[in-house]
Amino acid sequence: MMPVILWTDALVWLLVAVIVLSGFYMRSKPHLREPWQRVIRSRTGMSALVVLLAFVLIGLLDSLHFREALPDQTQGGEVHYSGEVMSVFDKLVGPLRTRVEKTYSAPFSAWLYMKEMVERPDGSQVLDYPRLEHGAAHLADPVTERDADIARRLGLATLQTLLCMALLGLATAALVARRYRLDLRAALGLSLRGGTALPLPALLLTLTVLIWLLFAAVNLAGAYHVFGTDKVGQDVFYQALKSIRTGLIIGTLTTLIMLPFAVLLGIMAGYFRGWVDDVIQYLYTTLNSIPGVLLIAAAVLMMQVYVDTHPELFETMAERADLRLLFLCIILGVTSWTGLCRMLRGETLKLREMDYIQAATAFGVPNFVVILRHILPNVMHIVLIAVVLDFSGLVLAEAVLSYVGVGVDPTMNSWGNMINRARLEMAREPMVWWSLLAAFIFMFTLVLAANLFSDVVRDAFDPRLREQRG
Amino acid sequence: MLAYILRRVLYALPILIGVNLITFALFFVVNTPDDMARMHLGMKRVTPEAIERWKDEHGYNMPLLYNAESGGLDSLTETIFFEKSVKLFAFQFGQSDSGRDIGHDIRQRMWPSLLIALPTLLLGLVVYLSFALLLAFFRGSYIDIGGVVLCIILMSISALFYIIGGQYLVGKMLHLVPISGFDTGWQALKFTILPVLIGVVAAIGSNGRFYRAIFLEELGRDYVRTARAKGTSEPRLMFRHVLKNAMIPVLTNIVVILPLLFMGSLIMESFFGIPGLGSYTIDAIQNQDFAIVRSMVFLGSVLYILGLLLTDISYTLVDPRIRLS
Amino acid sequence: MTIPTKQLGGLLGLCWLLLAGCGDQPWNSPYPASDQDANIHYSSFEERPKHLDPARSYSSNEVVFLGQIYEPPLQYHYLKRPYELIPRSAEAVPEPVYLDAEGKALPADAPADAVAYSEYRIRIKPGIRYEPHPAFARDAAGDHVYHDLDARALEGRHSLQDFSRTGTRELVAADFVYQIKRLAHPGLHSPILGLMSEYIVGLADYAATLGRAWNELKQEAGDSDGLYLDLRDHPLAGAEVIDRYTYRIRIQGRYPQLVYWLAMPFFAPVPWEVDYFFSQPGMKARNLTLDWYPVGTGPYRLTVNNPNLEMVLERNPHFRGETYPTEGEPGDREAGLLDDAGRSIPFINKAVFKLEKEQIPYWNKFLQGYYDSSGISSDSYDQAIKVGEGGEVGLTEQMRDKGISLQTAVATSIFYMGFNMLDPVVGGDSESARKLRRAIAIAMDYEEFVAIFLNGRGVPAQGPIPPGIFGHRDGEAGINPHVYDWVDGRPQRKSIEEARRLLAEAGYPGGRDAETGSPLVLNFDTTGGGPDDKARMDWLRKQFDKLDIQLVIRATDYNRFQDKMRNGTAQIFQWGWNADYPDPENFLFLLYGENSKAEKNGENAANYRSAEFDRLFERMKNMDNGPRRQAIIDEMLAIARRDGPWLWGFYPKSFGLHHAWLKNNKPNLMARNTLKYKRIDTDLRKRLRREWNAPVVWPLALVAGVLVVAVVPAWIGYRRRMHMRGRRD
Repeated sequence: MMPVILWTDALVWLLVAVIVLSGFYMRSKPHLREPWQRVIRSRTGMSALVVLLAFVLIGLLDSLHFREALPDQTQGGEVHYSGEVMSVFDKLVGPLRTRVEKTYSAPFSAWLYMKEMVERPDGSQVLDYPRLEHGAAHLADPVTERDADIARRLGLATLQTLLCMALLGLATAALVARRYRLDLRAALGLSLRGGTALPLPALLLTLTVLIWLLFAAVNLAGAYHVFGTDKVGQDVFYQALKSIRTGLIIGTLTTLIMLPFAVLLGIMAGYFRGWVDDVIQYLYTTLNSIPGVLLIAAAVLMMQVYVDTHPELFETMAERADLRLLFLCIILGVTSWTGLCRMLRGETLKLREMDYIQAATAFGVPNFVVILRHILPNVMHIVLIAVVLDFSGLVLAEAVLSYVGVGVDPTMNSWGNMINRARLEMAREPMVWWSLLAAFIFMFTLVLAANLFSDVVRDAFDPRLREQRG
Repeated sequence: MLAYILRRVLYALPILIGVNLITFALFFVVNTPDDMARMHLGMKRVTPEAIERWKDEHGYNMPLLYNAESGGLDSLTETIFFEKSVKLFAFQFGQSDSGRDIGHDIRQRMWPSLLIALPTLLLGLVVYLSFALLLAFFRGSYIDIGGVVLCIILMSISALFYIIGGQYLVGKMLHLVPISGFDTGWQALKFTILPVLIGVVAAIGSNGRFYRAIFLEELGRDYVRTARAKGTSEPRLMFRHVLKNAMIPVLTNIVVILPLLFMGSLIMESFFGIPGLGSYTIDAIQNQDFAIVRSMVFLGSVLYILGLLLTDISYTLVDPRIRLS
Repeated sequence: MTIPTKQLGGLLGLCWLLLAGCGDQPWNSPYPASDQDANIHYSSFEERPKHLDPARSYSSNEVVFLGQIYEPPLQYHYLKRPYELIPRSAEAVPEPVYLDAEGKALPADAPADAVAYSEYRIRIKPGIRYEPHPAFARDAAGDHVYHDLDARALEGRHSLQDFSRTGTRELVAADFVYQIKRLAHPGLHSPILGLMSEYIVGLADYAATLGRAWNELKQEAGDSDGLYLDLRDHPLAGAEVIDRYTYRIRIQGRYPQLVYWLAMPFFAPVPWEVDYFFSQPGMKARNLTLDWYPVGTGPYRLTVNNPNLEMVLERNPHFRGETYPTEGEPGDREAGLLDDAGRSIPFINKAVFKLEKEQIPYWNKFLQGYYDSSGISSDSYDQAIKVGEGGEVGLTEQMRDKGISLQTAVATSIFYMGFNMLDPVVGGDSESARKLRRAIAIAMDYEEFVAIFLNGRGVPAQGPIPPGIFGHRDGEAGINPHVYDWVDGRPQRKSIEEARRLLAEAGYPGGRDAETGSPLVLNFDTTGGGPDDKARMDWLRKQFDKLDIQLVIRATDYNRFQDKMRNGTAQIFQWGWNADYPDPENFLFLLYGENSKAEKNGENAANYRSAEFDRLFERMKNMDNGPRRQAIIDEMLAIARRDGPWLWGFYPKSFGLHHAWLKNNKPNLMARNTLKYKRIDTDLRKRLRREWNAPVVWPLALVAGVLVVAVVPAWIGYRRRMHMRGRRD
């Protein structure tokens, strides 16, 4: 096994590190800690956060890549690796990836969506829908057995969830008991009534739903194609899960990449004013006035040229697709940093007139120290709100860009690509609707959770900050 | 005032040059003139001589940015960049690489774009304002909370789903309007209904919330408290005072995008087969027609800058306290 | 509360608008109500045609228009198969006269190397007139009205409708010669100039002469706008006028394929007046060019050319008149294709082509009855077609209920996967490379490809020549013995074990290099980006996985892909070819060494070169069809199959769907001038359209109802609030 570190993997883990570090940093700053405590107390906020974390967990598991070694054929020779890049997530969901049918099949179906010559037991051939190789293959007679089988599996999932939640509830109660110095029984009552600082009932409810979904998926996906299969027979559920990483990366890395520029230039423009301000304003007005899609299209095509002229740099498909993804993030960052930059400039203009900053400059404190010490901490809440607000917009933008043809690599799993393909599938008769549905459900859940969470964060940090349009 | 406008226009020049340079650079890294020639001459049986002749005829036979062969000022002017950019500033878009008059195409195609974009904007404004006013009026009640949750849900659905769903439902299932297409004159109206409706519905979420926030902010101001203390009835307060005052941020917000309405919507137009400027741009990108792309980028930038200028002016008009300097 | 009523009002307003705008036709009709009884054929185009100049146009989407407007000397018989050339504007299909180097006539069976020239004498029908056009308009004195325009006279004129006066003229032989000369015009870049220079006597020199004359003109004027190079002043030895109605074309050696070219718009007549008219200064800047406004003698003329919206063909009032064919293939009479035999054509008054870029709206409008027929290779056929037993295709119930009919024909094209023969791994003439190619050929299951991606709209190919073209053989004699076995009366792909054995023999047991153990990694070059491409690529990888070969897909944009092909740096690629004319030469030349893409910029994309094949090709290409030619072709195919520079891929089938009201449909893959044969039953169309498109209004009422219901709690809340405030005050 050989670990593969893709560019976006590295950046994702860097981002995780940044978030952890800034978590510690914010703990020490009361003006940042308090709003977070408000977020933690919000029922909506915490439920949304739990859902988001579930997505993030999948995304992170999918960001640990490696290549498997091929079975050695020459004795003592060097080890050769498969060209296929896998992730830890792929390993975990193993059969989902490998159980490929021939072509379309509907969710939970036992048959292919296309008629084929099937050999009857008596040797004659007839045109019929053939049974799937994997989906519902364990059933002898799917027509009569399938519904009962699904119900049984769901029942099992419910049992498992109840068991799991009972344990989890007990553990929570124990923690609450220790925290509030109560006995277990009272602690349980307190938690369920919502008497704790954390909104435990909402949290536990969300967890119950998530865990039930997890168990249901584990029980069902092993035997059925939960969201059907696509044109070449790959499991749509698996594709939708894999798309989570793409969506998360577009939503987060774009911000990570544009943040340093926006913060640095915005503060510089507001702080130094004069020609620095003019140059920076010129820069962002110019960039702003180019229609965004055009800029993105040109840049993505340009990157493609680079990839084509340097094939030796990319050992695997995954690396090529990954570079395009990274580039898309960069170019999306370039087109989206101007808004934040302008806001920061305005805020800095206000801040620099404050007495204590005037005093600091009068005492000859170096400029960068003033910026770092006094200005940056005071605009952090704007940055935070912008980051959280941008996330859902970027996830949605990915789909639109893929439709225009300048989105992520067509070989990459992404909701945009799924929707794009679904447009052709919608024209079939009978209609192939499950790809669209799967993309819709996953995308909707993620964006909804992100929107709810960002709402809570914004309210907590600055109830008066006006929502930016667009 | 006039001097101010003049200065802003002059200020726009370097921006436009910058825009031109960026698009130019991006485009020619991707497309060499040879590629363009091959694209336009077709796929089968193209000889190198034909390519040279095409480049010669369309003015792509010069160096891109710097002409080392000619001396002095000519080394900068005898280039593709100079030749192709200067005319833009006089709004002479010239011919597309396939030989069509771009200016004529733009004049022809901007009306369909406008016919979709303007009703979307106006109808949208009415719907969003009404909706937001409703929520603001019942602020804090279950109507308000339900409305905000609805907004967030609507916001979380990709625009593509609205279009695909709308076209499927209204056009295909219900047979109420043509699925797509366009026509001239009054016939065009029936084609605009669906895109306008979808355009309005798709943005209810974000806009409804945005306007609600504006109303709430107005409601928190001192004059509202004073008026209320004087016994002004709630509906009167909402419509006479709050709505009127909230119109200032609303209107200035709209003025920025007014000129850009001409540019049309890329996705809406290509889904509904509307021959506007949005689909014009997409086609040009796909066909690698540099002349059109460059013209559209230039036009977009000009309109954007015009929008900024209009915003500044409208500020002074609605609020005399702001002086332009 | 005023808001919901406002929205309700808006909805009601919309309904009214719908009603008012649509008259008594279905609400969703995209056409004006006044046209619902008119004899108009509705069709679509996906991309705006780039060139409508017959000297430049070479795309199938352009010839849809040009075929109806321009009348070259010959045409294909609409009904007969195999394809047969019949006269169109000519009196008869010309027979070549062979001449030796001194110009003396030789007998028809003279040996090929004795023939120095062939001469085609073409006599055209007298009395044919051009469509009305301002270029022909003359005043009382007999001078052309619009031949002396300056910039001011063009003020406000943006289309041909802006010129009020029109005229016409009789078609003469000189117009055909004029057009052949135009092929060499330096300003036109005719795509067939290179090819024709090899055949038409003196054309290469002629192009050089014109180039010089053109440059002189340009230097004199200083600008290329408004220049007219009068081709009548420059004689061309290969194309000469004999008398008013006769001209002759002289060819180097023998070139029997010339008659096929004579059925294409390249050899249609162009009157000098029109060329002169459009060459006046300022015309080009107003989009007024021959490239946009074709002028012909055919049954239709282009009256609206708005590629942003629609193109409209209308009956040419001066059409010479033609009758519907009276004979066809066996079965045509039963199919009703001869019902109109002998009647005067065209039947349809007007043909409207709407711009339709997206597949789904196009398909839905077809189902709603707003297009009369559906294009040739649409993806949406999935909805219409079901594959029957034995792989034959039929319409689904839903389609049959609507009275839609289906027509299929194997297209005269091929989609193949090629190996770059210059590549060190997959290319070359070694036995091991050959085995590697053969192993891949077996593994690539084109039967499955056709089933999944084309819904059966294709036939896996056994060689480069599609059915319907001379040289193709059906049955056991026609299979590729390296990939298929003949089992139970049909070809069966060899087993994957066989492929793995070949791979091992090629030096890659189990997909690993036998010596180093490193995995075999192959590159597939393609243009990517479409929504369906991922599925295609996944499928491809699956095929190579069967052999444990790792396939890297290098997807690029079209330009890069073209570059790779030209530089010969691609490894495996997908390519296609659409026949210009129904002759095996037009397919086998794709493998001819002298046409190598990387070396000669030809159409041999695989850069295949086999001395034996090339020698046979040169013998075969100018022969007449017959057993001798078949024998040579068989030999060539055996060589090509042995070397396997292509996986032969598949021949696409073209499917045509037609509504019941559109009559006289028969797929003809060579003829493009078929609009004149079609007939429309407008009453039936009107009735069915109305039946299919009854608007469903109840959801509208439902929406309105929901809004009203939503008002109630709002109203209650409002009352309560006012009440509370009242108490508080």
